[in-house]
Amino acid sequence: MSTPSPLHEVHQSLGASFTDFAGWSMPLRYGSELAEHKAVRTASGLFDLSHMGEIAVTGPQAAAALDFALVGTLSKVKPGRARYTMLCAEDGGVLDDLVVYRLADEEYMVVANASNAATVVAALTERAADFDATVTDRSAEYALIAVQGPTSAEIVAAVTGATLDGLKYYASMPATAAGHDVLLARTGYTGEDGFEIYATAAQAPEIWAACAERGATPAGLACRDTLRLEAGMPLYGNELTAELTPFDAGLGRVVKFEKPEFVGRAALEKRQETDRALVGLRGEGRRAPRHGYSVLDADSAQVGTVTSGALSPTLGHPIAMAYVPAALSAPGTALTVDIRGAKAPVEVVALPFYQRPA
Amino acid sequence: MSNPQNLSYTEEHEWVDAADPAAATVGITAYAANALGDVVYVQLPAVGDNLTAGQPCGEIESTKSVSELYAPADGEVVEINEAVVDSPELVNTDPFGDGWLFRFRVAGDLELLDAERYAELTKEEG
Repeated sequence: MSTPSPLHEVHQSLGASFTDFAGWSMPLRYGSELAEHKAVRTASGLFDLSHMGEIAVTGPQAAAALDFALVGTLSKVKPGRARYTMLCAEDGGVLDDLVVYRLADEEYMVVANASNAATVVAALTERAADFDATVTDRSAEYALIAVQGPTSAEIVAAVTGATLDGLKYYASMPATAAGHDVLLARTGYTGEDGFEIYATAAQAPEIWAACAERGATPAGLACRDTLRLEAGMPLYGNELTAELTPFDAGLGRVVKFEKPEFVGRAALEKRQETDRALVGLRGEGRRAPRHGYSVLDADSAQVGTVTSGALSPTLGHPIAMAYVPAALSAPGTALTVDIRGAKAPVEVVALPFYQRPA
Repeated sequence: MSNPQNLSYTEEHEWVDAADPAAATVGITAYAANALGDVVYVQLPAVGDNLTAGQPCGEIESTKSVSELYAPADGEVVEINEAVVDSPELVNTDPFGDGWLFRFRVAGDLELLDAERYAELTKEEG
């Protein structure tokens, strides 16, 4: 039996289709996922992300513990700011990608993918053992509501009464939403301007309603996936796995060798040079390359594998991300994807596929 | 959406209107369309193709998934719905009407479910 979100009844009343995701029952879509996708690109979508893991790391050595446990330098993040980072294994493989908020000098919140939350809690607890820091899994207490899209700032300003001009991308601040104390962050996974509101489970329905009343369109996990794909953002389990390092995924910038010892350092130093590359592929027609399909070279030899793909709702043509040899990763390179036996021509293109208008 | 009483159904969530066995119409049910999500690509058999009951004869692709289309009976394809090829969303907006997929001349036996049996099937699958 999967865990219902604190907003389950709201979703039911909206006629949502549900999907089991990492032990949670979450809304896949409310009506048309293409309409929901478009709402996020042109106005605003309203997402329930309560399945995400929220892990508090607190104490005098919270910063030092995270510097040791993660590949980034979290001690350099100022209170009120956030950082995209990763948890790696000793062998350098990615165990999860994370957003870490520094809420105060001695207080961090680590946001983990639902499917990896237990792994992250266990790894942080073990890695923080020699530090004066406490790791607490607070996932069950938190609901997470995201408002994403070009009109999200207006909606969130109206719901919170806050002035958002000073809230930069990857920053957070305490706020009041629908009368409740929440943590408001300017973060997201859609390629649009957007906000994430961390609240208690009991507060979530009123905050959701306030956002919906001001015009945010309920949007499910189906469109969240096509939105992040268009934005070229990796998804754990597709582009990121325990077999791959951040360098393989083209995200080596998150690894900070200039800091002292951290878990995975020795292996990551050796695995910096990689002969594979994560690339964008652009296809023709309407048939999309999908997760697991083979990428072929001009001689029909398999040279890579598709990690994610879809017919791009915004662009109208197939897009995909794939791992290919570095030698075949230059934009403009012509490749082929085996789409269930049919050889579909694709071209390597720069990521992201979509960038919001400046 | 309720399943029209005048149609027959398969366990693969297709409907068949066999009022004219020389040109029986095939589509997918509203239940199937809803489960797939927004349909973005439809690959249909060609006119003249011979169908074998239960064998794949095309594909329906949504944003998130790919499903095979199965021949509901033996026969020969006599017409395809060009409109649904150009506008796959018809499968979602009007699955029992403008979203029909192809017509075929029924050659073998039609072993299909009536609307009541099909409703039970979808209830079991939840």
